Amino acid sequence: MTDVMVSANPPFRPSMLIHDRRYRSMTFQVIVFILVMALAWWLVNNTVRNLAAMGKDFDFGFLWQRAGYDIPQTPIPYTSDDTHLRAAFVGLLNTLIVSILGCIAATVVGIIAGVARLSNNWLIARLMTVYVEAFRNVPLLLWILIVFAIFTEVMPPPNAFRGDDPAASMILFDHVALTNRYTAIPTLAMTNDPGSLDLGARITFNWATIAFVVVLVAGWIVRRMIAAWAQRVQDRTGVRPTTWWMSLGVMTVPSLLLIWYFGLHMIPPQLRGFNFTGGLNVQNGLVALWLALTLYTGAFIAEIVRAGILAVSRGQSEAAFALGLRPGRTMNLVILPQALRVIIPPLISQYLNLTKNSSLAIAVGYMDIKGTLGGTTLNQTGRELESILLMMGVYLVLSLIISTGMNIFNASVKLKER
Amino acid sequence: MNTSVFLGSVAAVTLMAGAGMADTLADVKARGELNCGVNTGLVGFAAPDANGNWTGFDVDICKAVAAAVLGDATKVKYVPTTGQTRFTALSSGEVDVLARNSTWTFSRDTDLKLDFIGVNYYDGQGFMVNKDLGVTSAKELDGATVCIQTGTTTELNLADYFKANNMTYTPVNIDSNAEGEQQYMAGACDAYTTDASGLAATRAAFADPENHIILPEIISKEPLGPAVRHGDSNWGDIVRWTLYALIAAEEYGVTSANVEELTTSSQNPEVQRLLGVTDDLGAMIGLDKEWAKRAIMASGNYGEIFAANIGEQTPIGLARGLNAQWTQGGLMYAMPFR
Repeated sequence: MTDVMVSANPPFRPSMLIHDRRYRSMTFQVIVFILVMALAWWLVNNTVRNLAAMGKDFDFGFLWQRAGYDIPQTPIPYTSDDTHLRAAFVGLLNTLIVSILGCIAATVVGIIAGVARLSNNWLIARLMTVYVEAFRNVPLLLWILIVFAIFTEVMPPPNAFRGDDPAASMILFDHVALTNRYTAIPTLAMTNDPGSLDLGARITFNWATIAFVVVLVAGWIVRRMIAAWAQRVQDRTGVRPTTWWMSLGVMTVPSLLLIWYFGLHMIPPQLRGFNFTGGLNVQNGLVALWLALTLYTGAFIAEIVRAGILAVSRGQSEAAFALGLRPGRTMNLVILPQALRVIIPPLISQYLNLTKNSSLAIAVGYMDIKGTLGGTTLNQTGRELESILLMMGVYLVLSLIISTGMNIFNASVKLKER
Repeated sequence: MNTSVFLGSVAAVTLMAGAGMADTLADVKARGELNCGVNTGLVGFAAPDANGNWTGFDVDICKAVAAAVLGDATKVKYVPTTGQTRFTALSSGEVDVLARNSTWTFSRDTDLKLDFIGVNYYDGQGFMVNKDLGVTSAKELDGATVCIQTGTTTELNLADYFKANNMTYTPVNIDSNAEGEQQYMAGACDAYTTDASGLAATRAAFADPENHIILPEIISKEPLGPAVRHGDSNWGDIVRWTLYALIAAEEYGVTSANVEELTTSSQNPEVQRLLGVTDDLGAMIGLDKEWAKRAIMASGNYGEIFAANIGEQTPIGLARGLNAQWTQGGLMYAMPFR
């Protein structure tokens, strides 16, 4: 019996690590793992020793020191007396602002351009081809600089709006001023201000803002319920009730009531001293960066949308037409649901790209996290390694959050195989 | 431990080949070339001319060091650096000397591990505005938009000055002097602020310098000087005493024109020591006897360098002021050559 055992399972010899198929793959995995670890150790060890040789330590304490510099756009209160940490956070918020605005606008531009490129109208299709090719094939940095240069060189300076016969005038009933520094737009004010929710650390949210968000979300949920009810009625009776006026009502009436209750009104910007005050000055850096990111990423998204629509076989739409569905319904009910599962995964990486590309902001003086933490703070404190590592961590977390969110969305639209 | 750091994607942290290198003199001699960090382009201080040759006040410091160490003032590789990249370039070993109108401050000298070897220009921060603005004092700049180079001491001074005077402003952050010039000329900012010498140099490059005024307020002390890496004292000594040699040469009347003649004829013992006629001071810092003589011959003494690049006869037109010799009521004071 022992003999049988031995012949079936020979005793282990070291040479079997290479020659025996059962062990070979394990052997190579272990070797690669050791090599990777050795490389990582070598990198870390080298960095530490070289830092030590320069007499530099590794310390994040600088984040709690006084920053001492000012930032043009501060979504939360910030002065030069605040810490480098708060400056970094202001930069992060600026990154988020331009990224979110960019993702939304790029999606809109991309869908329109992608669908238009498939249009039967020769001119529209060709125009969109020109747009996509021009923006996809020129580096983003150049687009950012060109857009910014156009704003700086073409728009009038604020003092051109001065005097009885000014060289420049405000647009939209004296509510918006386009200058070579910023776009001055009206701010919102309330006659019946409900006060603010204080989150500590001088971060506040106005209750009115919260009320609007709650009302809009609730309106959207009610609208979904109305649609579901209409579906049930249609399933039962075959006739879909008219619901558009209900949807419109739940989406707008509560908001209008809130506007009336809070006494919401606009305060237009006015030229005082060197600059427009009273309104909100949206820096050209932000506008230029946002426009360039939108148009650049929009071109990529257009191609993704086009590919997604083309991926749905022609038979699908022909079948839908044969059933008597109108083109709009064919798009909404047949083509888009199938195209989305092709569109969403590459769309995720475009959103990630846009967010990461927003770090080119420094080219136009927009103080995002690369401008604050990775720019001025890094320079004033000389903490290169710490700042860059922290910034890499922030972008990594941001990207992971975006892809997690988009993956959840993808899971809800992807092909359900039953 | 001389292995170079390879940090992969941490490109901004160019620690490469830098750290651990303790004998800069030997490295420079072996390379046969001095790597000198200069401004990306500030007329009068460091800017390439039409033929691509670098000229300027800071450039001449590089030339003097190269002449002292390598015996040839042309053996310099000029590395243009921005306000943001300059100190990394120095601490990473990309440059041996940083002569880029950099302000000597406590934290840069200590925490950033630099060694400022002296002051070659005593400066202060000022404001430049267009005449049409009708502003005559920096105190009238409340609410203004101000162009400012990021990563500079001027950025911090600006914040402090407006805060101290209870005024507000909008900063426009720019990366280089050229970009600031463009933004200022386009009217994207009301005022441009940097060191007063830099303002004068920038204005000199304008098509209409007469339409721009530099406001009288000087809001900070900006002692500008060349810097070297911390930890190589011998190299620091070489650069420091090269600068002192230029300053001392002016004090004793040694110029690029009469240096040969004075080597043989001067009876002043200080001049004899400086030019290596009597004592061999060069040996003490690892150089030969005539190091200082060559440094002076490269572009002249401190006064000659000042006059040729930024003095009153140039378009920049800066007066000596604080930068006159101590014997003339200024602050330029070379330590004794003994």
